Amino acid sequence: MTNPVKAERSLGGRIVEKLGGGAVRVFLILVGLFWLVPTIGLLISSLRSPEDMSASGWWKVFAEPSQLTVDSYQKLLENGDITNSLFNTVLITVPATVLVVVIGSLAGYAFAWMEFPGRDWWFLAVVGLLVVPVQVALIPIAELFGKVGLFGSVLGVILFHVGFGLPFAVFLLRNFFAEIPRELLEAARLDGAGELRLFTRVVMPLGGPAIASLGIFQFLWVWNDMLVALVFTNADSQPITVALQTQVRQFGNNIDVLAPGAFISMVVPLAVFFAFQRQFVSGVMAGAVK
Amino acid sequence: MASAGAAGAPGAPAPPRVRRSVTGTRRTVAALFLLPALVLLGALVVYPIGYSVVRSFYDQSGDGFAGLDNYKALFTDDGIRTALKNNVLWVVFAPTVATALGLIFAVLTERIRWGTAFKLVVFMPMAISMLAAGIIFRLVYDQDPDKGVANAVWVGVHDTFAQSSAFPKAHPGRQSPLEAAQGGAFLTREPVRAGDPVSLPLVGVPPDQMPGSAEKAAPAPAEPGKVTGTTWQDFTRGKGVGTLGAPDPSELGYAGMRIEAVKDGKVVASTTAAGDGTFTLPEAADGAQLRLPASNFKEAYNGLDWLGPSLVTPAIIGSYIWMWAGFAMVLIAAGLASVPRELLEAARVDGANEWQVFRRVTVPLLAPVLAVVTVTLMINVLKVFDLVFIIAPGSSQDDANVLALELYRKGFSEDQPGIASAIAVFLLLLVIPVMWFNVRRLRREVRR
Repeated sequence: MTNPVKAERSLGGRIVEKLGGGAVRVFLILVGLFWLVPTIGLLISSLRSPEDMSASGWWKVFAEPSQLTVDSYQKLLENGDITNSLFNTVLITVPATVLVVVIGSLAGYAFAWMEFPGRDWWFLAVVGLLVVPVQVALIPIAELFGKVGLFGSVLGVILFHVGFGLPFAVFLLRNFFAEIPRELLEAARLDGAGELRLFTRVVMPLGGPAIASLGIFQFLWVWNDMLVALVFTNADSQPITVALQTQVRQFGNNIDVLAPGAFISMVVPLAVFFAFQRQFVSGVMAGAVK
Repeated sequence: MASAGAAGAPGAPAPPRVRRSVTGTRRTVAALFLLPALVLLGALVVYPIGYSVVRSFYDQSGDGFAGLDNYKALFTDDGIRTALKNNVLWVVFAPTVATALGLIFAVLTERIRWGTAFKLVVFMPMAISMLAAGIIFRLVYDQDPDKGVANAVWVGVHDTFAQSSAFPKAHPGRQSPLEAAQGGAFLTREPVRAGDPVSLPLVGVPPDQMPGSAEKAAPAPAEPGKVTGTTWQDFTRGKGVGTLGAPDPSELGYAGMRIEAVKDGKVVASTTAAGDGTFTLPEAADGAQLRLPASNFKEAYNGLDWLGPSLVTPAIIGSYIWMWAGFAMVLIAAGLASVPRELLEAARVDGANEWQVFRRVTVPLLAPVLAVVTVTLMINVLKVFDLVFIIAPGSSQDDANVLALELYRKGFSEDQPGIASAIAVFLLLLVIPVMWFNVRRLRREVRR
């Protein structure tokens, strides 16, 4: 009795079929709106003057589109503290990402293709560290950095992020590198390639997809971090998240700083997200244990 | 599924039994490759664990051994107890609701053409910082319904079902025939007489809040056998314009004002004022006092105090679900795609209905994915800090407290590193089962 077209239908397809499709579509559209409205609210809030914001809700802009203005953004970008903190965010994020990729690749390759005693135990120990909460390290590292003079410096925050990014990096890359066909490595070896050459010319290029996922993941994680930077930076080295956080205490009087500031801090992660959705998703999937 | 690229990916050709070093590496080379990672991990992750454990047994200054005192504080300190209680709420509700929503979304979008666009929208918040999400939801939860979208919607829904009053803050002016009565109502000082028009002037309604149906106030004509009158806003801008106690053309009637005639504490007649403020009551009202009941003057409904002490934690959990439901959805959708169609079809051929297929075939097949998602979210929820720190206003931050926030406070603003370390160790103990599970799962793969 089952006709071949119906047999292909999934559960979702059948629910859609049963409810005539309309109800499901309306439901999904409502949910989608529900998910979009908060962000749209922030965007529009950032494009209205503080006077308009204290007078009425952001949705009033649909009645009076003339309220839209980029004044808040202009003022914000003339604010030295904010531009400086944006610069710090880049200064922290880029090295923290590159270092995790490089150091993680070296270790991942060693765990995947080198022979040494206790190799698998070392690797499992690193995997065990995947779920250690960063909170555990805040106080000890604050004292350690205090002693060695890294407290308050950009370098300290970078190192912290590298340390806590490494378990995932090693886990992801070791598993990916282990899948590289043995013949490729042996052929390169026969051609006289040394260990370093093998790593840079064969392993790294072949590891591209995993390295991309890791890089994007780590980039977003560091860019979006507030807690670590809140503990380890000072007024000169703080990234945008911390700079904005100090403004939150006077919430309501400074929406012209907070809304555009938050939006500027979101632009880069969102761009990365939309440009590299696939890698982001596979990174998220691999990191489902973190 | 979850560990993309993991050695155990189903369908991948089995890797060689022993991956002997292709290169015949000397151990020193291997050590050089590993050194940077192991040094950083040792100094920044392993050392702090040991330090925290030791530190948690020492007192505030770090000099005196304190035994278990810091751990006792976990159960006696008010701040930590609130945090623990809230963490339980978080761990129970946030992961389950996010996973349930993820499952619903994943199933429903499977065969919708714009399902991908929908998924993108729901998944997007994962890319932004918790700080930005926090600011977004501070705006959403603004108490004022004219600013916060949550209360704007809530008040809109509420007012559709419960009419709000039109004249909050209206009150009698100078030399008024009205006086305040019980419960916020206003009552005429003297009984009214049929055929003798009554004046019920009030003041205090801002012009822009007068009802749209209000018209110019008019004196009521006398009608034999009936009580008539006018109720209006007795206020005219500028001095010397208009008369006190009588309606002027520049003044507006209280359209829709409810008026009751009261005799001996009983309502004998009632009516509502017309657009120009005039009203007419039947003869029964003769000799009664007129009352403007309190329902006319009730404050407008202002919505929920989302960020007040009682709602702040559920409100913040809501924002977390907004961020993470997409994560659950994407992982579950990937799992759903790998459920073999034939299995579902076989169940249908055997006469199972859709619900049974879902309940007995799909969900059991998805169980491992659902477990991974829920456990991942639970670990994540234990560490939640930024959202609470940003969304909870200073006044209710104590009520919204969670362990990660309390650790930060104890460690960095209250100078209690001993207690903060005990909280850290406690958090670590909570994730150890997951750590153990990860290691075991991987050990099988590594050993092949």
